[in-house]
Amino acid sequence: MKSSPPRDFGSRRLAYINGCKDAFGIPAIILGSTYMGFGALVSETGLEIWHALLSSGINWAIPGQIATMELYAVDASLFAIAAAVALINCRLLPMTIVLMPHIRNKTTPKIAYYFMCNFIAVTGWAAAMRQCPLLPEEQRFPYFTGFVIPLWSICMLSTAIGYYLPGILPGEITMGLVFLNPVYFMLVFVADFTQPGRPTALILGAILGPLTFLLTPDWNLLITGLIGGTIAFYIAERQTRGKIRKVETE
Amino acid sequence: MIEISSNFLAPEFLAPLAALAAAAAVTYFWRALGVAVSGKVDKDSALFRWVTCVAYALLAGLISRMILLPIGPLADLSIEQRAGATVISLAVFFLTRKNLLIGVASGAIALVLMAKLGPL
Repeated sequence: MKSSPPRDFGSRRLAYINGCKDAFGIPAIILGSTYMGFGALVSETGLEIWHALLSSGINWAIPGQIATMELYAVDASLFAIAAAVALINCRLLPMTIVLMPHIRNKTTPKIAYYFMCNFIAVTGWAAAMRQCPLLPEEQRFPYFTGFVIPLWSICMLSTAIGYYLPGILPGEITMGLVFLNPVYFMLVFVADFTQPGRPTALILGAILGPLTFLLTPDWNLLITGLIGGTIAFYIAERQTRGKIRKVETE
Repeated sequence: MIEISSNFLAPEFLAPLAALAAAAAVTYFWRALGVAVSGKVDKDSALFRWVTCVAYALLAGLISRMILLPIGPLADLSIEQRAGATVISLAVFFLTRKNLLIGVASGAIALVLMAKLGPL
């Protein structure tokens, strides 16, 4: 794959607007549908709309939200819910560490990052990881903000719409809406597949994820990330070292 | 359209709030820790490259688990149905020169049809 040329939107404001534009396309359609599915799921659980909105509001990232609702529905203890969600969402730690150097700049106050990190989730993360390195430093954070804030607003709206839909929508359609999300994530990463170093980590993760889930549903992601990531890291490092040695001997 | 809860102090309303707050707190912990740690990790270091690999492995593991062994409404379908819809989605995606929308939509439509028609 050819490396993309640098982009410049001209100003922080235009970077923000272009982030909005990129979000109001396929990401908005897919996440909107997903969150309609989530709203429907919450109303089937018998909870109120406020619970659904609070979940999308302060715990935005669909896998943890579904787990919270499912566990609550089966009367899991508070500790069990917190532990399960912590393990499902542990990916957010490496994701945030990896994203931050691409969106940070010298002028934005630190507190802004501690607020905006609430909006780091797969869709916005993948978009920012693709676009932000190409942008001038001061336009990166506005682009990310412009992408995720409207996207999150659409998710809030869709949660409310979906909450009132189950009576109208047949169960199969709800399934289809919920299925959109993992399939979309999968295709986003398949599209980025040619980026150096990623295929090994992605393939190992995809294989280890379900396998370790069969062994230990609670710890499966942590194990997948550590084992799959470490093996992929060693393979990538060996390849780069091999290349460097080749260049030196030539 | 939105009904105001008859009683915001009722246990049916408050008990889920505790669960939601706990879930949100642990989620925020990871994100905030990520922001705090990121300032101390050099972007060009081996440690950073390792964290990147871990992030991608975690994401792929989560997505493939969500498709193959889901929790939630998708669990009512068979693994063949979900895997079949995934393969259809991937095939259409590549046939349409990586058109995300068509790829995702065909996977979801295939799943809905399979769910409606029952096991193949």
